[in-house]
Amino acid sequence: MGIISRGFGGRRRESVPGLPPGQYLTYDFPVLSAGPTPRIPLDRWRFTLTTETGAQKSWNWQEFTSLKTEDISTDIHCVTKWSKLGTSWRGVSLDTLFEDVETAADYTMVHSFGGYTTNVPLEDLLDGKAWIAFKFDGEDLDPEHGGPARMLIPHLYFWKSAKWVNGLQMMHDDEPGFWEAAGYHMYGDPWREQRYQGD
Amino acid sequence: MARTAVSRRLNWRIGTVREVRQETPTIRTLVFDIPDWPGHAAGQHIDVRLTAPDGYQAQRSYSIGSAWTDGGTVELTVQKLDDGEVSPYLVDVVEPGDQIELRGPVGGWFVWRPAQTDPVLLIGGGSGVVPLMAMIRQRSLAKTMQPFRLIYSVRTPEDICYADELRRRVRDDGGLDVRYVYTRKTPQGWPDPPKRIDVATLNTYGWPPDFAADTFVCGPTSFVETAADILVALGHDPRRIRTERFGGK
Amino acid sequence: MNVLDGNALAGDLAEIFAVDVTAARFVCAGCGHADAVATLQLFGHAPASVGRCPECTDVVIRLVRADDRVFLDMRGTVRLELPMSGS
Ligand SMILES: Cc1cc2nc3c(=O)[nH]c(=O)nc-3n(C[C@H](O)[C@H](O)[C@H](O)COP(=O)(O)OP(=O)(O)OC[C@H]3O[C@@H](n4cnc5c(N)ncnc54)[C@H](O)[C@@H]3O)c2cc1C
Ligand SMILES: [Zn+2]
Repeated sequence: MGIISRGFGGRRRESVPGLPPGQYLTYDFPVLSAGPTPRIPLDRWRFTLTTETGAQKSWNWQEFTSLKTEDISTDIHCVTKWSKLGTSWRGVSLDTLFEDVETAADYTMVHSFGGYTTNVPLEDLLDGKAWIAFKFDGEDLDPEHGGPARMLIPHLYFWKSAKWVNGLQMMHDDEPGFWEAAGYHMYGDPWREQRYQGD
Repeated sequence: MARTAVSRRLNWRIGTVREVRQETPTIRTLVFDIPDWPGHAAGQHIDVRLTAPDGYQAQRSYSIGSAWTDGGTVELTVQKLDDGEVSPYLVDVVEPGDQIELRGPVGGWFVWRPAQTDPVLLIGGGSGVVPLMAMIRQRSLAKTMQPFRLIYSVRTPEDICYADELRRRVRDDGGLDVRYVYTRKTPQGWPDPPKRIDVATLNTYGWPPDFAADTFVCGPTSFVETAADILVALGHDPRRIRTERFGGK
Repeated sequence: MNVLDGNALAGDLAEIFAVDVTAARFVCAGCGHADAVATLQLFGHAPASVGRCPECTDVVIRLVRADDRVFLDMRGTVRLELPMSGS
């Protein structure tokens, strides 16, 4: 681990009990970035769900925000070891988006403006476990934090909660997304500390 | 073990702070003793890793400000950012005798070597002057005579780092000159109002493109991008412009 | 956002390679642009960095640093040209 640096505290944080292993509590909002922040005008925004047969279901911003919304209060865990408790969001449940969708595939690839991708098993998106969020703390979601809309899958490390989402593709086999192809864990459960491949 | 086949790869080592020097109210130089230091080229940097008692770590890069000569020193010059995690520690907390984990020297592209004979244009914003200072000091040590010009952007006259040494070197090291750009407050009687580096500055104080200078631009990311864009727009060959971004907005 | 450049990858790469890779030239798989690895636009902090082509912003290098391993994904460069001391 290296020597302790005399008098070094580091950014304000706490190691509170009850956090996933190796995580620290932060009061900031850590931003993980893999590229420039895309600015997406709402009239160009669209979210498309594509099944393994190629069937598509798609919403523009107006259609999307008129779906049933939910308020979510949840803890989030970033692979960079920061956790934030009790964050509040508003979004559309994936259960709502998947109503009437016929699929036999078990895996999904989440796609974003800017080219980011991340893979998530379908069962981790359903039954009240995942949302597409467009408000944070009562405000429109800032582009830095994934606005207009981002995935929110709080039970997995936060890189799975893709910013700037624009689509979801069903897949029969699990395939790695952007970070997973570069060494991050395929599943990413913070409670089992699945940060990297092989963890 | 089969996995440890390879050789000269770099690893973390421990340096001991020998001396600290306050350069300005917010900038401090740390002088290190590092056993078996292999030497370094002007422009290279070091990664610093700090560890808190609970195991939490933070890592940052800092340019080496000193030029290397046998028996010489390794010096880092750090600008304090008030809301920063690492720089306030290095500027306000570290004392002589403290040990710090380091990895370096690294970076082989943003470097200048005395064997390069072309004129050199150095453009620095804030702490971006640090690796450029290493180049000025290296030239002085090597007693070479390439024309050197430093264009140094600072907020106010009080923020000039290495001010006395730069004055002395301009006087004593033939062929070196320094132009300041003040972004917030100028000295009394300064001809220009405070301003950021712009086309007029680089057109007036830089060298013409046909001088074919080796150009090094360093500082906060937005400063570097602005200066490099202006140079290219003024007709400088992009292949002769080397940049290093320190971050920030 | 804190955007850096490929110079800042030098330390992580020097733990892997015996030569300085930031001085090597990449050729972007997306647009063919060639330049020093040091000129890549660098996004993200440890443990994960993304180096993008300064010309077309395609991903050239991804580097992920685990405690005991490094993952280096370079599918975005079709070639690396490394300076060696001549013989
Ligand atoms: C190759 C390289 C060489 C460097 N050499 C030096 C050097 O010689 N001297 C030196 O003082 N610094 C140097 N830096 C910058 C240094 O690595 C740190 O980024 C800086 O000290 C801030 O760290 P911090 O932990 O205090 O701030 P952080 O906690 O990381 O950031 C605090 C706030 O400041 C902003 N910020 C971060 N970096 C900068 C910056 N450079 N300028 C303005 N705002 C910023 C952040 O966006 C954030 O809002 C270098 C950086 C690189 C990549
Ligand atoms: Zn390209």
